[in-house]
Amino acid sequence: MTPSLNAIVPMACVTAAGIAAMVAESFRDPGERMPIAGLGVVGLLGAAFATVLLWNHNASSFGVVAADNFALFVTGTLVVVALLSLAISGPTVDRQHLPGGEYYALMLFATAGMMLMAAATDLLVIFLALEVMSLAVYVLTGIRRDSLASTEAAFKYFLLGAFSSAFFLYGIAFTYGLTGSTRLDRISTLIAAQATAPTPMRYVALGLLIVGFAFKVSAVPFHMWTPDAYEGAPPAVTGFMSTGVKAAAFAAFARVFLSAFEPLRGTWGDVIWILAAATMILGTVAGVTQSSVKRMLAYSSIGHGGYLLVALVSANNVGKGAILFYLLTYAVTNIGAFGVIALLDTGDRPNDQVKDYAGLWHDRPALAALMTIFLLSLGGFPPMAGFIAKWYVFNAAVRAGYTGLAIIGVLTSVVSVFFYLRIVVMMYMTPAETPVPVPPVPRFAAAALVVSALLIFYLGVLPTRVLDWAAASISTIF
Amino acid sequence: MYNHILSIVLFTPLIGALLLLFVPKQNKNAIRWLANIFAMLGFAVSLPLIPWFWALKDRAGFQFVEGRPNNWIPTIGAGYVIGIDGISFLLIMLTTLLGAISILSSWEAIQDRVKEYYVWFLVLQTGMLGVFMANDMFLFFVFWEAMLVPMYLLIGIWGGPRKLYAAIKFFLYTLFGSVLMLLGILFLYFHHHTLTGVYTFYLPDLYATAPKIGGHAAIWLFFAFFLGFAIKVPMFPFHTWLPDAHVEAPTAGSVILAGVMLKMGTYGLVRFAFPLFPEAAAYFAPALALLAVIGIIYGALVAMVQPDMKKLVAYSSVSHLGFVVLGIAAMNTQGVSGAVYQMLSHGISTGGLFLIVGMLSDRRHTRLIAEYGGLKKIAPHLVAAFLLVTLASIGLPGLNGFVGEFLILLGAFRWEPRLAAFAATGMILSATYMLWMFQRVNYGPVTNDKNTTLADLQPREWAVIVPIIAVAILMGVVPNLFLRPIEPAVDRMLNHFHQGASTRVQLEPPAAASRITIAPTTGLEPPAPATWFASEVRR
Repeated sequence: MTPSLNAIVPMACVTAAGIAAMVAESFRDPGERMPIAGLGVVGLLGAAFATVLLWNHNASSFGVVAADNFALFVTGTLVVVALLSLAISGPTVDRQHLPGGEYYALMLFATAGMMLMAAATDLLVIFLALEVMSLAVYVLTGIRRDSLASTEAAFKYFLLGAFSSAFFLYGIAFTYGLTGSTRLDRISTLIAAQATAPTPMRYVALGLLIVGFAFKVSAVPFHMWTPDAYEGAPPAVTGFMSTGVKAAAFAAFARVFLSAFEPLRGTWGDVIWILAAATMILGTVAGVTQSSVKRMLAYSSIGHGGYLLVALVSANNVGKGAILFYLLTYAVTNIGAFGVIALLDTGDRPNDQVKDYAGLWHDRPALAALMTIFLLSLGGFPPMAGFIAKWYVFNAAVRAGYTGLAIIGVLTSVVSVFFYLRIVVMMYMTPAETPVPVPPVPRFAAAALVVSALLIFYLGVLPTRVLDWAAASISTIF
Repeated sequence: MYNHILSIVLFTPLIGALLLLFVPKQNKNAIRWLANIFAMLGFAVSLPLIPWFWALKDRAGFQFVEGRPNNWIPTIGAGYVIGIDGISFLLIMLTTLLGAISILSSWEAIQDRVKEYYVWFLVLQTGMLGVFMANDMFLFFVFWEAMLVPMYLLIGIWGGPRKLYAAIKFFLYTLFGSVLMLLGILFLYFHHHTLTGVYTFYLPDLYATAPKIGGHAAIWLFFAFFLGFAIKVPMFPFHTWLPDAHVEAPTAGSVILAGVMLKMGTYGLVRFAFPLFPEAAAYFAPALALLAVIGIIYGALVAMVQPDMKKLVAYSSVSHLGFVVLGIAAMNTQGVSGAVYQMLSHGISTGGLFLIVGMLSDRRHTRLIAEYGGLKKIAPHLVAAFLLVTLASIGLPGLNGFVGEFLILLGAFRWEPRLAAFAATGMILSATYMLWMFQRVNYGPVTNDKNTTLADLQPREWAVIVPIIAVAILMGVVPNLFLRPIEPAVDRMLNHFHQGASTRVQLEPPAAASRITIAPTTGLEPPAPATWFASEVRR
């Protein structure tokens, strides 16, 4: 293998696994059970292994894909996300009679796209990766072809996503027109050189790129698709896309704005400030009134996007690492929560209303306890990881001079506790009117949830090591 | 063991909780045994603290300190630092004792979801101990918040008919308070950095820099901390969650709630709010004391008309804790020592009262005073214990309640006689409502046939109530045993406070109060007699 290919090894592993899954599916007799997800696990473990080997080597391929520590940290996060998603997908695929091969292959292709998105150092490659990821996720959203909600969700997601891609591409074009390059490092030097003579085109380019990313991270006011898409998709897919897509999009967002457009921080900083504040507030306030748990978690994930935007805007030498740590924490927690939803989905009945959780503790104490851990971590309760992550973000915000954002963040997290707590109240303190039939829990899915919970406690009680990694990682991009 | 005693005390209950997770839930008796063993063990491992603390030469500062500043999450300056001084030492002993007793008392009272109950209870125990031990604001906040969830679940799952309402009210009130406090902590943290260039939550470091915050900021910060703690105490206008929570909580929950958790509010005032912001505290002290006195009288009057015993005891807590806050607001040796003493004493006597009420309601499933009457003939031992605990709560000399309230009144009198005069009526009122309740329940003819078959104290109930009474008598007869660890810590804190306060606050000449003390005092002078709504305090 030539050295220049090193940086793409993680994505190559995952892509190979995806292709293998498709091939395996085509050889499968109808009705035969095949451990297709196992192929994905092998590929992901390969990617994880490559990630560890590449750590600190700063490899780069073709000059447009960099396996710097930033990309590798996100890759690691994505490997965790994908592994957990595969594990919780089992019951969803079985109970909803989804085509296993396609499902897992799409999930793996999406993961490869996400990894590429985090590692790309060229706007066009980022766009390419974005499309690889998005197309796979659109299909995953609508994979229940017979379900009206699922199809509607996919359609909405696709239409709005296509719009946002157009915006993004248009932004790239303007950037190219401005600087003559799509390479992030060149853009950075050229923009710095032109810093004294601001042109309107620069604002147009920045604005279009921000719109494109804001769609993908579902920042207010570009969040409209999120609740519908999250509600309509199969729960395991929602877990995957609410964490993986967000992580990849934020990684690219951070890389583009913190490296290429760093000289213009004064300009985009204010815009992100407003987006962050609006996202935190709307995500939280709208979450309070939801009666569907999936929808509530959709709004909660919008709100968490707001905290991530705070981390992005306050990423500087002191507060660095906050965004990566938050991404990891949020991913592990949210996927756990959607895992519980996925396990409660019987196939005939989604069981995703808040009232369906009444008395869950009585029938399924372990599931209820795990859900409580995930929800409390999302709400930012110590000693769960969510607390440290939030603290770290707000800390970074204050240190970067964004005290206002930090105060909004603290207040919205308090409000968000109410709706997380509603579910806890339901599970523990409200007797079920008609007991919800809870299907048996497959071993892998159960193990994934336990692992998520353990990770949450690990990141919450002993966060130092991962915090150091996160800080060291982000310092490679600016 | 000596070097890690605090960690051992802190984590023994948590280890018990983790082990309990592995016991199958059908196996109720094994769960009960294991939980009780670990609760007892938690108390047993805290016992060596007594001789060791006694043997210390310097009892003023933090002792048995473990961990270094910033060792936990160095990037944000949080450390796992735990240590105790005389104030927290006694509160820790109280916590381990009451924890063991209330877990023992739940043996038969809790039949439903036994495993979860004990797991949460033991987790709560660790949370409470952590709050008293933490020497790092971050660590403190972690324990403070972590404690909230188990208590919420204890009330919400095992509570009475209106448990949901009570649990959510409890949660919202305390959460609101702690968020304000969180903002305050963050402010301190960044302020410390501005002054020293170091990011840290280490409490002794913050003690050094926080008093330098002046003007409006200090007022707001004190207010944020004060509100967080005042809700927990609870002080007069913030008390409305308490009766609901108490009435609905299971007996053991009430014991822990009244015995230990309420003390966290007053402990927070002594440990954080006053020493961190001496100037603002001195400014607010008169208003605080006024609220405290209103709480004393109001709590007592409301207690008097309660038909429900548990609610009566709950309102009496509002009244008794008013005394504690008054003592703290006085900020002199007698007042603060008395306040700390009263924290302990209230934990013991109110814990005892809740246990007795719990025993009665276990038998009759009602807590209404009118349902009882003439119990003296039916269950003489139970009534004797009831009487002792009642008298302890009233503050009969020779029992625990007297010493604390007397010291507080003494301290308050030296500071502001008018307040002390009003507060003293609280002692009389407490005798009225407690004895009236006691009389209606225990004397006279047996009015209700259901009471004729009431059982007397069972062996387990003896084991529960005897330690309470023993400690109550011990605290009443040899108060110096308890005051001696308290005073050096209190004096140190007062020194710190007065240094901070006097940098800005002009002290008027101390009132020539006669030194009536039952405990050794230091030569500290009291602060200015209350300067009401003192515009002249802030110059």
